[in-house]
Parts: sequence; structure tokens; C-alpha cells
Amino acid sequence: MSRLNSYRELDHLREQLREQYAKFTSTIILCGGPGCHASRSQAVIDSIRRELSAQRLTSKVRLLVTGCHGFCEEGPLMIIEPGNLFYCRISPDDAFEIVSQTIVKGEVVERLLYTDPALCEKLRTEVEIPFYRLQDRDILSQNRLVDSCSIHDYIAAGGYTALAKVLQHVAPLEVIKEIKASGLRGRGGGGFPTGRKWSECQEAPGDEKYVICNADEGDPGAYMDRGVLEGNPHLVLEGMMIGAWAVSARKGYVYVRHEYPIAVKHTRIAVEQARELGLLGDNILGSPFSFDVDIARGGGAFVCGESTALMASVEGKVGEPRPKDVHTVVDGLYHKPTVPTMLRHGPMFHPLS
Amino acid sequence: MPPQALDQIVEGRRSQPNQLIEVLQDIQKEYGYLSKETMQTVSQELGVPLIEVYRVASFYKAFRLKPSGKNVLTMCMGTACHVRGARLLLDQATSQLGVKTGEVTPDGLFSVEHVNCLGACALGPIVAENGSYHNLMTPAKLRKLIETLSRQPKKDKQNVQAK
Repeated sequence: MSRLNSYRELDHLREQLREQYAKFTSTIILCGGPGCHASRSQAVIDSIRRELSAQRLTSKVRLLVTGCHGFCEEGPLMIIEPGNLFYCRISPDDAFEIVSQTIVKGEVVERLLYTDPALCEKLRTEVEIPFYRLQDRDILSQNRLVDSCSIHDYIAAGGYTALAKVLQHVAPLEVIKEIKASGLRGRGGGGFPTGRKWSECQEAPGDEKYVICNADEGDPGAYMDRGVLEGNPHLVLEGMMIGAWAVSARKGYVYVRHEYPIAVKHTRIAVEQARELGLLGDNILGSPFSFDVDIARGGGAFVCGESTALMASVEGKVGEPRPKDVHTVVDGLYHKPTVPTMLRHGPMFHPLS
Repeated sequence: MPPQALDQIVEGRRSQPNQLIEVLQDIQKEYGYLSKETMQTVSQELGVPLIEVYRVASFYKAFRLKPSGKNVLTMCMGTACHVRGARLLLDQATSQLGVKTGEVTPDGLFSVEHVNCLGACALGPIVAENGSYHNLMTPAKLRKLIETLSRQPKKDKQNVQAK
């Protein structure tokens, strides 16, 4: 991968990638989230891959291993596009049938379809399933579009357009105004208005400022941060970059639980790829804006989800909260103004794009 | 323990106290626990007082100050696993092996640990055996797993999760 030095080079790369992906006639989307992993999805992924190369279909069929789809209890999950065909509880032995029946002949393998427990009938597509039908998945629905370890997939799906747009046309204060108008709030329990936090940090005195992505979710059963970081880490990075542009920060941290090894791994890969393409580092896309991100792993302390404890932990200290008589947006990491932020999400891209 | 591995870990992070947790994480991954000697080395290399290294190492649950058993059974005690009977699993493991959580069996084959949430609630209760997840665990299945593991001291590590 070579460095992108301008906005045009980013657009050009996107066009190239889209042309490349258009050559595939169908796509097999497999969930690689931890829930499906626990149901041995890795064996399924391997056997599908073997089957595709045995039947010489690798140039026609795209195999996409994505982040969590959310329906873990029915895992391992598979979606086949076009057609939105949904298979669940797949075993490695089903690979031959799936490839030779569904991919080659276009026939449905009834046995692998999901059965609606209320209606007692088989449902063919993902959109019909009540679990998905009854949700608005603003952010997590994007998980199924990208291979979590591929910056190319993210760019092809329209990634980093918001960043390019902001760097070219939207001044920091304008970004904050847009975020305020969008009503975007933090994803932590408090739901603090993001625009207000950003504007306070932007106004705080000092040249050195930090953006921290707080992905230390410790509440059992809450996976909103993990779901995005594992499945679509570039979405988080892009959000952090826009935040950094708004508050004039040059350095960011992703603080992620060590109990989520896949999230740590995928975020690391994403940061490396973004650096390689020059989307992190000095003079991003040829603009005067410079920003870099490091990853800090948590140590399994629940309290580190609290912002001052988290900052102590990033500094390599014991994660104990301190009184917040002065807000962290003024006196935060290394006593510099800091925007601690729960993961950014989708709506911020809408008003800007 | 080979000192060169420790050298590699601290390489590029010397005199950077903010790297303490990262360094300790990597050491634990390499050696399985943090010994007194490694903590002393880390203290010197990073320029952090030993008492502070110990404070951090004992504060975070991720760090182990004693070696673990050959097979580490990690019980998820998060809310979802708890209501699905994780307590029974913990009792099964501790009584079958005759150890408390955090302890190692006298033969060094097993240690039992618990964590707050492994993040696969829909499939709970979850027991991770050397990093490989076992879903929908029952005390009977756990008993068999422990029996199988104790019969094969040279563990056949099929680590699906770590890939």
C-alpha cells in the first residue's frame, strides 16, 4: 500500500477498489465475532475457503469475514449476497452443500435456514428475521459490509469520505456546530452532549490536546464498543480524527479492554494500515492536519471506564479516579485538555456527508 | 527465564513510565506471570519505583504474581453467565480440583480463575480453557473436560480463539 498524498488519490483508490469488487458475482459474508468464534466459526470459515478453492470459485466469489452480526445464539452465521440469504448454526461439514447448491446452482439449503419460533416457519432472508427487523442498526449494520482487517473494504464502502470532506471544507468550529446541531451524545451512561464536550475542549487553553476513545466497557452484556472496534475499527478511527480536527488535538488513544483480544488485534491492524496509507501521521491527505493514535490495553479493572481513572491508566498508573473539580476537557491526560469519548457513532457522518 | 525476551519487550520503551501497563501485559503473555525479578528489571528499565510497579501489578486483575497451572480454566462470572449457573461451574471446578480461585493444583496441571465478562453472553455460561471458549457449559461437561485434560498432561492445545 502506498501513501495517499491528496484527496484525489483517496477517491481514485476508492474507484479502483469498487471496480475490483464489482468483478465478484456473489459474496459470502461470515460472522467472525466472539460469539460465533465460541461456536467454532473458525472451522466453518476454513472449510468454506477450502471448498471455494476446490471448486475453483475464488475469483468469482468473495469471502468476507466480518465483525459481530449480533445474533450470537444462532451462530455461526452466514449471509449470501445478492439475495440476503441467511444461514445459521452452520457446521464445517455444510461447506460442500452451501457452495455447490447455493453458490453454483442458486438453490436454498432449507435445513440451514432460521426458523421463526413464533410462526414456526423458515425464513429465507436476514431482513425478515424479527431480531433484525425490529432494530435500527445505524452503526452495526455496517459491520457486514467490511472485512474488519481491511482498510480497502472500508474505503470502498465510502470510508474516510467524511474525513476528506471535513479537512477540505469544514473548519473546526463549523464541525462543532454541526455536531451540536446533530444532537449526538456520548455512548456512556451519562449521554453527555458531544458537541458541548468538544467545544469546551476546543476553548480550553494549551497547545497540546488529546482525544481518547473509551472502549473499556465493563458492564456484562454491553458490547456496543466491542462490536464496532472488532467489526469496523476504521469507523472509530475516522470519528476520532474528525474529533481531533475539531479540538486541534495531535494525539489520540484507544483504551480497550484486554479481555477483548480480537478488538485489540483489529484496532492494532487498523492503526497500522491507516498509518501506511498516510491517514494517520503527519499531513494527512496532504493537508496541514497531523494526528496519530496509540492503543492502550486495559488491565481488567472495571473502574477504568471512568474518565479520570482511565487517563491514569493510559499514563501507566493505578487506575484510581480523582476529583473532577476541574473537568478533564481542561485538565485531563498528563494534565492537558482531553476529550474522553465513548465511541462515536453514525449520525455524525450524516450531517456532514 | 531467558533475559533476551525481556530485553525485546522493553526495547523502545525504556525510560517511558507511561508504558508500564503495556510492558507488564507483554511480560505476562510471554512468561505467564510477573515474577519479583521481572518487576525489578521493569522498574529499572522504565524508571518507575518498584513499589509503583508492584502497585500497578497488584491493582489490575489481568496480572498474575504467581505462575499459573498448565491448564488455565477461566470462568466467566458476568451477569448473564451468573444467572445461567456460573456459580455451579466454579464450585464444580474448585471442588473437583481441590483449589480455590487463583490457586494452582499441587501437580501444577490446573489453575482456576474467574473474569467479569468474556463477551459471549448469548452462549453462556462460558468457560475458557487456555483461551479456547466452551459455550453452554454444564457442571457435567466441565467435569468431563477436567478429566480429559488431566489424562493428557501434554496438552493438545486446539486454540480456536487465539487465531
